[in-house]
Amino acid sequence: MNYQYVIQRLLLALVVVLGITFVVFMIMQIVPGDPARVILGPYASDEAVAGLRGRLGLDRPFFEQYFTWLSKAVRGDFGQSLLNSQDIAPQLQGRIGPSFELAMVSLVIGLVIAFPIGIISALKPGSAIDIIATIFSQIGVSVPTFWMGIVLVIVFSLNLNLLPPSGYTPIGEDAGDWLAHIILPAFTAGFVSASIQTRFIRSAMLDVLNANYVQTARAKGLPERTVITRHALRNALINIVTIIGLQITALFSGIVIVEVVFSWPGLGRLAFNAVEERDYPLLQGAVMVVAIMVTLVNLFVDLLYFLLDPRIEYA
Amino acid sequence: MLAAVSLSDSLSKRVASADQPLGPANTLWRDAFRRLLRHRLAMFGALVLLVVVAMGVFGPAITPYDPNGMDFSDRFANPSLEHWMGTDDFGRDIFSRIIVGARVSLQVGFIAVSVATVVGTGLGLMAGYSTRITDEVIMRAMDVLYAFPAILLAIAIMAALGKGIGNAMIAIGIVYIPIFARIARGAVLGIRNEEFIIAAKAMGAGDIRILLTHVLPNVLSPIIVEITLSLAFAILAEAALSFFGLGTQPPDPSWGRMLSEGRAFFRQSGWMGVFPGLAIFFTVMGFNFLGDGLRDALDPKLRR
Repeated sequence: MNYQYVIQRLLLALVVVLGITFVVFMIMQIVPGDPARVILGPYASDEAVAGLRGRLGLDRPFFEQYFTWLSKAVRGDFGQSLLNSQDIAPQLQGRIGPSFELAMVSLVIGLVIAFPIGIISALKPGSAIDIIATIFSQIGVSVPTFWMGIVLVIVFSLNLNLLPPSGYTPIGEDAGDWLAHIILPAFTAGFVSASIQTRFIRSAMLDVLNANYVQTARAKGLPERTVITRHALRNALINIVTIIGLQITALFSGIVIVEVVFSWPGLGRLAFNAVEERDYPLLQGAVMVVAIMVTLVNLFVDLLYFLLDPRIEYA
Repeated sequence: MLAAVSLSDSLSKRVASADQPLGPANTLWRDAFRRLLRHRLAMFGALVLLVVVAMGVFGPAITPYDPNGMDFSDRFANPSLEHWMGTDDFGRDIFSRIIVGARVSLQVGFIAVSVATVVGTGLGLMAGYSTRITDEVIMRAMDVLYAFPAILLAIAIMAALGKGIGNAMIAIGIVYIPIFARIARGAVLGIRNEEFIIAAKAMGAGDIRILLTHVLPNVLSPIIVEITLSLAFAILAEAALSFFGLGTQPPDPSWGRMLSEGRAFFRQSGWMGVFPGLAIFFTVMGFNFLGDGLRDALDPKLRR
């Protein structure tokens, strides 16, 4: 096994995480004018503004600010929310679970839709099913996530009264209620990701179906079913796993929107509320946790990829 | 047939690189254009976009009503001959607002994608063409930006810069820089050791000259495809930001804003949310169809 790849991949993740902290720190630095003045509004007294500047450390040199902030963040101290003066870390902690649940259920829904459609259209390129699948995926990519969410709420909650329009129940409290609440938001995010994945699965499968070893398997007289499941699909899976990894970031982008539309108590909605309230420390914390989550999931997928295909080398 | 096409393409690629202007002699682009014209979905996309662009260009001059004109005696009207798409909570004509909203969507889309294209392609060319260290620094920075979910990064940038349409363009532009950098770098790596680059170097051409006159024309096709597809994403992103109240500010109509206003009133009138959604959907679909068609037309080897 090529452990050098694993080490290099881990180092890259570390560099990216460090970069993420820097970008997140920069959020408050690019506020035009004095961030303390922007946060408190035009009618705040000069003393109040100076007080907040001191509290946020804005009166210190740039790099001192960054390293102070970073060394606290590493220890799990993200400071206090400007709005309710409570520690940010516990607020973030409570939001990770719901966001992660929503992302995973969306991913599964996406794959359940995309896998059969992608494979069938690759097996019969140019057929009616293939054309319908292509149009379906084009539509899916073009639908605004928030619009689809609203339409689903109107149909399934307001008209048919089948599912709750918003809210969240922890899975440990009532699994049935959790499921009822997660279906609409997860389907909204999952549908968009399914339409992108369908195209990738189709083309990954097409590549493999034209490969020499698949021809050989056919020439040996193996049944078509065996050729597809044992020879083609297994090799296509390697590419598909990579694509799922690349899709994770896009999936989380959809999740942020879905959380706001469905009042899902995740990190995306927390970040959105923080923007509304100009609570920059809270926003920084939420954005950073999401970006690090995405990086770790990507790292996990890459290492999984390595296990599936030991030939891989760090490029 | 396929072999013949790719042979003539690779020949014309070399012709294109030999410092010739893109004239009639250049069959790569002409062939691609012909293939594009035969691509039905792409032509459908182009037709839809033509309508949207016309709406954006002529905007206020062709609306049947004043897009911000209120009429409280005629609120929440259903679609009729008088108001094709009905009226909203202020009695404003939705059709007129959709037409004017096209300009906002296109403007934000084009400017944001221009920012991303110029900065991203520039960084990508530099990364692919210069030393290992520059390459590493640029591309790791791109990895960092790419680690943020697009909408979340845009929201964070908007939070810092402030609400408004200009900042939305900057925010969306920054978000898509890494995609262009990656594509440009990949394309440069594919050709940096080709004979015509080495020949240009041997003749004493400087790095910037080589990048602009020899490398750039040869990496254009994947970038053109990406520009088209990114326009689709940028319009979706602008709609999302305006939907969240961060983009266009009232009373100016933008499709995303109209959707979020419609959301508050969907019990009174579902139409308020339906038409802006359809406008976004068709525009984005137009760019997606055209982008896919361009991809097929510019790279016949990928065609299936």
